[in-house]
Amino acid sequence: MKALDDVTLCVTKGAIHAVVGENGAGKSTLMKIISGVYEPDAGFVVRDGRPCVWKHPADALAAGVAMIYQELSLAPDLTVAENVWMGIEPTGFLPGAYSPRRMLMGTRSLAHKYGFDVDPSQKVQNLSPSACQIVEVLKALARNAEILVMDEPTSSCGKNEAAALHEMVTRLASAGTTILYISHQLEEVVAVAKAITVLRDGCVVYSGPLMGLGIPDIIKYMVGRDLKDHFPKRSVRIGSEALAVSGLTSKAVKNVSFNMHWGEVVGVAGLVGAGRTELARALCGLEALVHGSVNIDGKSVKIRTPSDALSCGIMYITEDRKRSGLCLDLPAAWNMTLPCLAHIGMKYILRLSQEQDIAEKTAKTLSLKWAGPATLASALSGGNQQKLLLGRALIAQSRLLVLDEPTRGIDIAAKVDIYHLIGRMAAEGKAVLIVSSDLPELLGVTDRILVMRRGRLVADLVSSSATQEAVMQLAAVDVSRI
Amino acid sequence: MNKLFRELLPFGSLILVIAVLSLWQPHSFLTLDNFLNVLRRSSVYGILAIGMTFVIISGGIDLSVGSLLALCGMCAAGTMVSLGGSSPSSGVMAFGIAAGLLTGAAAGLLSGALITRLKLQPFIATLGTMSLYRGIALVMYDGQPINCPSFRYLGEGTYLGVPISVILFLLVIAVSGAILKFTRFGRHTYAIGSNPEAAHHAGIRVDRRILTIYTFGGLLTGLGAVIAMSRTVSAQPTAGVGAELDVIAAVVIGGASLSGGRGTVTGTLIGTLLISFLRNGCTLVGVSTNAQLIVIGIVIVLAVAVDQFTRRKAGYAV
Repeated sequence: MKALDDVTLCVTKGAIHAVVGENGAGKSTLMKIISGVYEPDAGFVVRDGRPCVWKHPADALAAGVAMIYQELSLAPDLTVAENVWMGIEPTGFLPGAYSPRRMLMGTRSLAHKYGFDVDPSQKVQNLSPSACQIVEVLKALARNAEILVMDEPTSSCGKNEAAALHEMVTRLASAGTTILYISHQLEEVVAVAKAITVLRDGCVVYSGPLMGLGIPDIIKYMVGRDLKDHFPKRSVRIGSEALAVSGLTSKAVKNVSFNMHWGEVVGVAGLVGAGRTELARALCGLEALVHGSVNIDGKSVKIRTPSDALSCGIMYITEDRKRSGLCLDLPAAWNMTLPCLAHIGMKYILRLSQEQDIAEKTAKTLSLKWAGPATLASALSGGNQQKLLLGRALIAQSRLLVLDEPTRGIDIAAKVDIYHLIGRMAAEGKAVLIVSSDLPELLGVTDRILVMRRGRLVADLVSSSATQEAVMQLAAVDVSRI
Repeated sequence: MNKLFRELLPFGSLILVIAVLSLWQPHSFLTLDNFLNVLRRSSVYGILAIGMTFVIISGGIDLSVGSLLALCGMCAAGTMVSLGGSSPSSGVMAFGIAAGLLTGAAAGLLSGALITRLKLQPFIATLGTMSLYRGIALVMYDGQPINCPSFRYLGEGTYLGVPISVILFLLVIAVSGAILKFTRFGRHTYAIGSNPEAAHHAGIRVDRRILTIYTFGGLLTGLGAVIAMSRTVSAQPTAGVGAELDVIAAVVIGGASLSGGRGTVTGTLIGTLLISFLRNGCTLVGVSTNAQLIVIGIVIVLAVAVDQFTRRKAGYAV
């Protein structure tokens, strides 16, 4: 199988050129060829009119092309300046020594030139995700990069952070730097980029100016079909009270009370740092409660550990599947059954062939694409990895799902699969709590939305009559001060 | 590079070593006696290596096994001698064996508790207990060995011509292999080694599992210790110096990863046998004990390098 097939991509100097496509469309491969990580089987990269052969990222960097990866490559214990000049430290007075003074000055003048606000003597571990991106960019600029390839730069950012990054990208472009911008966030792409290339299955399906294209057009190019039923319509059959939380208080959550019913999908909205994830984690025994009570089906329950939560029928799906969700170097099937072994009658002894059957059946239900149950979890795309985690809820037959950012960093087709799955679970009478930063998603899939701000619950809205603006207003503005 | 080849690779190097030695020294190497001898010699470190396999798969390491080998032997022999004098009855011997096993389990529990309760890194915690256990073993009888000449059965006894120690070794392999592959505990061991945080999120009681893993490792060390003691009919406080490195080497040659989440009991068995056959072969060929270290060192590096290489070829993350 080819990852890329006859791809032609023209980028003009000083442009912000977005590259979009579903997971597995070939974006990353293309970017890795452009930045010298891979060599193409056929074809070449032309830089400033000269065809180039890059065998190593250092070759590409020497030609002024720098890649800024999703996973940042900074040393957290070093300062901003030390990171920026790492490997190309300005020499000092003694042979073999470097000059901290010149490093600080160099960083400051670079930052000044592009209008960034960073303290060069600050340690990187104290910086916000967007400031880390700025350091990455400075690092590239210090190496005289003229073309920056940015892979999902806002994936770890909140809304304000993302805005800061967009401003940075625009500023870089107006200073003459060319930017290749890879993102799943189409709203972001439309707001920032001037040109766009859409990849599908390794081929270019559109490449040209972004002017006149709307998000629906881009989606159509990406998936090759209309996604009319982006969010599934379902008839809501609300049952009895499933979960009642009262006065829940933990380190980051203050006195939160709400309830949920069987068959209901409830969203939690709020800005980053509003305590949404912490609320979900507290419900699932991952964070200690200071006080407050949780009732399931009218009965009071004490949830202190994740295994307590599981035995109460609660399945938590983490927002960070690589760090706290999956065992990446273990088989996919093992990952799927890991928390549910006791639920399928394997409390002590495993029955491997039965386990495999269950995993395969679940994969089929989820339309999960894998080479078989023994495939390592790390070999799956983000969307399929997320489906592995969701499969746990199916296998354990959990009654209450707590999903934290269930569609972060995955492509649209997988998102739609997940929305349908959520709808189906609710139709089966299960209760689903979704924490998400994606407001259209929350409005589309939930029945009710809880809005949080600074650890407190500030609103409980009915989704069908709520608007993005209203939710944002509640999440971002302190009403008591108006 | 297909999967089957990768799995057979450690077998391949073992068979290669055996084949070369068989051709080179057909009369002294390729005999049943020699093979049983090699198996008997590898049984003690082999049993230790099985325990270490669990520890390494769970992402930990246990540097204290060599010292613990001595301590368990001293406790077992000490119990026998102080209860039964110079010719203890079989009941007293059984009591002594139990004391050895119990010492091992308790010491393993202590290492596990240091790791889970005090949140020490396994390397640091067991570096501490390594010194601690050796110290206790030396202090117990002022650094003197304990002789118990009548305790021969585990070391020299045979059943249907097969040495008891080899039977115990095979039993440990079968039981441990089954635990690792066919129980939830075994699965959790892999998960904890691969990603402890994900394991915690998945409802696994990570701390308890780690305590069990180190206790199990300690118990096996106790078993190895009584066999070793029975073979020399004495407990030496200086026994097993540097054993932890041989044991770790066997596990790693067997394909386990020191970063956790990877390893098998069969792999460890092959790693153990590879080292034993190399030692045996070197001795038969006339390579000195000192020069054997060079051969072993080269084999460890080669085996792991080839494993890494084939993994990369197969597209797995290293």
